[in-house]
Amino acid sequence: MTSALGYAIAGALLVAMGLAAMLLHHHLVRRLIAFNIMGGGVFLVLLGLAPGHGEQADPVAQALILTGIVVAVAATGLALALARRLHQAGGDVRLDHPSSREDDDDQK
Amino acid sequence: MIRSDALLPILVMLPLSLALLLLLSGRWGRFLSLAGMVLTTALAALLLSHGGQPLHHAMGGWPAPLGIGLRADGLATLMVMMTALVCSAALIYGEYWFDGAKAEQGRQFRPLAWLLWAGVNALLLADDLFNLYVTLELLTLLAAGLAALMATQAALTAALRYLMVALIASTAFLLGVALLYGATGTLALELISIRVAANPQPVLVVAMALMVGGLALKAALFPLHGWLPPAHGGAAPPVSALLSALVVKASFYVVLRLWMGPLAPLTGGVGPVLGVLGGMAIVWGGWQALRQHNLKMVVAYSTVAQMGYLFLAFDLLQGAGYASALNGMVLQAVAHGLAKGAMFLAAGALVVAAGGYRVDQLQGMASRQPLAVTALAVAGISLAGMPPTAGFAGKWLLLQAAWLNGQWLWLAVMLAGSLLTASYLLKVVAVTFLPAPVAASVGCGQRLGGVALMLALLALLAGFAVMPMLQLLAPVATTGGWL
Amino acid sequence: MRVVAHRLIVAGCTVVGLALVYAVVNVQGPAPDLALAVSGALAESGVSHPVTAVLLNFRAYDTLLEVAVMLVAPLVAAALPTTAPAPAKPTNDPVLQALAAVAVPLALLLAIYLLLIGASRSGGAFHAAAVLAGALVLLQLATGRSLPAWLTPTRQQPLLILGLALFCAVGWLSLLLGGYFLGYPPAWAGVMILVIESGLTLSLALALWRLMP
Repeated sequence: MTSALGYAIAGALLVAMGLAAMLLHHHLVRRLIAFNIMGGGVFLVLLGLAPGHGEQADPVAQALILTGIVVAVAATGLALALARRLHQAGGDVRLDHPSSREDDDDQK
Repeated sequence: MIRSDALLPILVMLPLSLALLLLLSGRWGRFLSLAGMVLTTALAALLLSHGGQPLHHAMGGWPAPLGIGLRADGLATLMVMMTALVCSAALIYGEYWFDGAKAEQGRQFRPLAWLLWAGVNALLLADDLFNLYVTLELLTLLAAGLAALMATQAALTAALRYLMVALIASTAFLLGVALLYGATGTLALELISIRVAANPQPVLVVAMALMVGGLALKAALFPLHGWLPPAHGGAAPPVSALLSALVVKASFYVVLRLWMGPLAPLTGGVGPVLGVLGGMAIVWGGWQALRQHNLKMVVAYSTVAQMGYLFLAFDLLQGAGYASALNGMVLQAVAHGLAKGAMFLAAGALVVAAGGYRVDQLQGMASRQPLAVTALAVAGISLAGMPPTAGFAGKWLLLQAAWLNGQWLWLAVMLAGSLLTASYLLKVVAVTFLPAPVAASVGCGQRLGGVALMLALLALLAGFAVMPMLQLLAPVATTGGWL
Repeated sequence: MRVVAHRLIVAGCTVVGLALVYAVVNVQGPAPDLALAVSGALAESGVSHPVTAVLLNFRAYDTLLEVAVMLVAPLVAAALPTTAPAPAKPTNDPVLQALAAVAVPLALLLAIYLLLIGASRSGGAFHAAAVLAGALVLLQLATGRSLPAWLTPTRQQPLLILGLALFCAVGWLSLLLGGYFLGYPPAWAGVMILVIESGLTLSLALALWRLMP
């Protein structure tokens, strides 16, 4: 097993863990951390699977990852800005949290 | 001398540059926006005049595997034109909607809407897998930002819920891109098609599931549609029109592009799945629309149902009905874009005039807001698939495809869907003809309704342009687009 | 109910993880012809670092759209009417202030270094902008102010769009001269890339900074 494949496998596991965390948590900040972990996993897969070129990593894959990181930063920033305004407006930043829903059994 | 294929980058760069100018301009913004609208729509018409001849531009002068290509065929051309009409209508409507106390919001709406126009055009013309991802993200963030523009607690919650769902979807799509890139070593769509066909390995199936799943989530395919009604129903009317007519359609468009191109050898087992989900979306979305009491939620659930037709059609895209299904899909996409845009704009005018969102508050609107009610009715005729609209042609072709393929269940589902569409729209329009309970007149002119009616009439007129549209699509329908 | 839902999510994500591991282990990768194409065209790209060549030349259009994506968050944040302006809180922490006095000038130097080194090694506008924004945040935390007072949000607008505007201007110029979009003449490519990257550094740093409450 090459080290590149190791990155790809680690990335695949990170994606699955991030996805689980994103679905299990309700607080927006936690969800955003989970989203960024998922994103990191995808970048590892992208780099690990990129066609090899001797000892140097594929420059196109590196450029795609840089672009992807900036896009993830922009998305995180937007979500945080929206969450802050929601908090100011008196809303619950725990989306779909049981305490903010009336149709949940666990509330009793 | 400018190259003739420079039209493609200009269709992206003109809206983008205008958005930047609008961020700097104060009082002149309105005129700048209007001039840009005329110019960009004229350029879309110029693209239309190429008659669907494939146009290609290598960005940076670097040919495809190394650089990024832009490409326009008949399908992209039609969608670019539809986008121009919907964006123009939403921007003009925005000038009237965001005035007085909302003028500051309007100043923010303009550049964001122009960025959205640039993003939609960039997505429609993209010929590169990663470029598609970047444009999808641009649209997602803009859609969330625009949906939050009202800044109420409900709007912010809906926007954030949409953003969370869309970010999971984007990550799934990007992972699919990573797997496809690892397996084929290229991002150019045409080259991916060739290499996928040469070596259809199992990883490609996983990549396809991730990409189609992510896009279905963003296109609000049943049962992943829960985020759509609050986000689209809670936004300002011009924003709702843009989101419902264009942004969800963009995700569908990417599925269609990939379906006909890189993923074509792998689509066998996925078609029926999309067909079943699409069929359920038609029935469930239509039923929910019928049950809603809030006018904007009726229209929003109608989007869920109409997107169902587009996804059901992926299962018709085979055998003898292939060409009919493809033509029907594109006509349905164009017709729904125009009609749904008009419908949200008309709903906004009615909500202002009635002073509330509930359908039963619309009594007497037929005489007080005749233009808006006419717009709602005309757009509804197109959505329900009645002649002579483009919606009729699209649904007719989809029925024809189901007939040719012998897919009787889908035939029945689509007919039932039309019946549901007609019912919930008739229910709304009928209320407007009831006598008004009190002679309360809320100060609201006919201008909002007028803009909505213009867009609705375009949906009607498109019905007379079906033959030229089918001619544009002929090369796409016979060759499957790319090869 | 919730316990069942949690277990379903965990089970589902485990299946997803296993499917992904199966997929990545079984990729039959192709020959690295794209990386070879990059090295082949590197001489005409105006820079000697392949990643910068891809980002700012071969796939510059992606980067342009990505900068537009980066613009959305600060624009939306500015568009949402806020209830109260975020109060500036000087901490008066002597350690933080001493750190800022040393680190901020160094960070500025590092940002310029990263910007210039991007042509030949790892670095470039995005790295430089991140360092610059970090310096601004540190300054804000230590002293309660960072940008000069005359640079009000309205006056920041031109700076915020500078990078994207330069990018667009170069694109329009290349089209109007009869070439391809963002197709730089090889002799000018290095200069064009440096100009665009300098603008991007300032704009992206400001965009990142604006996201701080």
